[in-house]
Amino acid sequence: MAAIELRNIVKVFSDKRRGRDLLTLDNIDLDIEANDFVCLLGPSGCGKSTLLNIIAGFEQATSGRTLVDGKQVERPGSDRGVVFQQPTLMPWLTAIDNIAFHLKLKGIAKAERNDRAMEFIDLVGLRGFEHHHPSEMSGGMNQRVGIARALLMNPSVILMDEPFAALDAQTKLEMQEELVAIWQKRRCTIVFVTHSVDEALVLGNKIVVMTKRPGRIREAVNFDLPRPRDSTSPEFNDAKRHILALIREESTRLAQAS
Amino acid sequence: MTSVTDTAPAKPAFRLTRAFQGLERVIVPALLIAGWEAFARSGMLPPALLPAPSAVLHALGDWVFGFDETTQTYSGHWTRDALASALRVFGGFALASLLGILAGVAIGWSRLFEKTLEPTLQMLRPIPPVSWIPLAIIWFGIADKPAIFLVFLGAFFPVLMNSIHGVKTVDHNFVRAGAMMGANQRQMLTDIVLPAALPSIFAGLRIAVGSAWMLTVTAEMVAVKSGLGYVLWDSYYFLRYDIVLAAMISIGLLGYLSDLGLKAIMARTLRWQQATTVQGRTG
Repeated sequence: MAAIELRNIVKVFSDKRRGRDLLTLDNIDLDIEANDFVCLLGPSGCGKSTLLNIIAGFEQATSGRTLVDGKQVERPGSDRGVVFQQPTLMPWLTAIDNIAFHLKLKGIAKAERNDRAMEFIDLVGLRGFEHHHPSEMSGGMNQRVGIARALLMNPSVILMDEPFAALDAQTKLEMQEELVAIWQKRRCTIVFVTHSVDEALVLGNKIVVMTKRPGRIREAVNFDLPRPRDSTSPEFNDAKRHILALIREESTRLAQAS
Repeated sequence: MTSVTDTAPAKPAFRLTRAFQGLERVIVPALLIAGWEAFARSGMLPPALLPAPSAVLHALGDWVFGFDETTQTYSGHWTRDALASALRVFGGFALASLLGILAGVAIGWSRLFEKTLEPTLQMLRPIPPVSWIPLAIIWFGIADKPAIFLVFLGAFFPVLMNSIHGVKTVDHNFVRAGAMMGANQRQMLTDIVLPAALPSIFAGLRIAVGSAWMLTVTAEMVAVKSGLGYVLWDSYYFLRYDIVLAAMISIGLLGYLSDLGLKAIMARTLRWQQATTVQGRTG
């Protein structure tokens, strides 16, 4: 049984201003295996974030079935950790309290919460900053807290919606390396939304290329280049060429259609 | 050239700034009072109509400490009068804060409360609290209750409006993050929506405490036989404008102190906000 099963997902948004419906996701069918690192790759507006939100339970598909660990997704829940594009930390809580927020909601005592959160503070390299508020930390540090917060719930899948898009190039590279290291250490299933081919190739062992509106799966590419990956190696560039060709083909098709 | 003139007198300039920082708060009031004193002593108006600040201070001093009974029956009774007003302010304000936050959060969060409760409240809001005085007197008589009722009316709506606004403008991604971490409906309110709405709620509380003082004094002029407002109105009948002014100063001072207290609580509660706001800047 796959960790996530998407069966014939269709999502239609009603565009009130134009007075008609907008087909955003067209018949998405995808299996994601446990411990996979899957990158959903596509141009903006292709519905990749919508697909992630459907798995998270934030949005409902117009039709189709979404199963996580064999259970139908109906609402958000702590079995699916989400890392948002903006860190979306509670600004009134310190780093450690943000990370332990799930435990607080479960009614676990302060001392134990802090004990368990410290492990994740260390994991994302924020020791010394545990009592800082989000406004006192950089964007990269806040996103680390966001990742730690999701990991602490020990969810069966982690859903990430372009979490590094707002970071500078250097921080982004560091964070990508750290995320791969965390994934290798903790063996979890990650679904990572991105519009960057390079990011997808650095991170994923399965890259799902989506088409522009309406969002369809163009091709799911398995990519098992050993890590750490060298983004200048021939194998890396072969895969990059293949994916870029898929995307280019797609834009030519769209240009001809219009 | 510029760099020389900028850096050379650095030390004396720094001292001057330090000295000025101690004074900056008192410059405007000091000038105002000096001008007033000079004008009052010039004899352009009879002293009974415009008492000099020194006369007002004398009256205030006697009212507080009772040293020469220039304020007659009020001599030495300031604490009693101020306490009477402050208790009314506190009573009405506490009640208004409690109910205003409860109703505001309910209306902001739930469509049901918004539809059932809000139209009625919004219809009551434009009615000036003062216009309730006749009803307040026939319902509650002449005592603390009508005053507390008026204070409540004046303080309730600012708290209500700001609480509604605070809840409605909570970033929906916080709510999503809460749901993702397994918050139930109650926790969503107490652990996410309420703290996120606090800056707005505090803005409402600060407006409300000002209204509370205004309405206490109004109520005391009409419906109550004690407190600073009563002294003010009573002295007016006896043409004691020095006491009228002493009462006005007392009200201003107590209102200012209430706001300072509230601001201190707010700064403590919203400490997390300081790094990102103009309020928290150090310069």
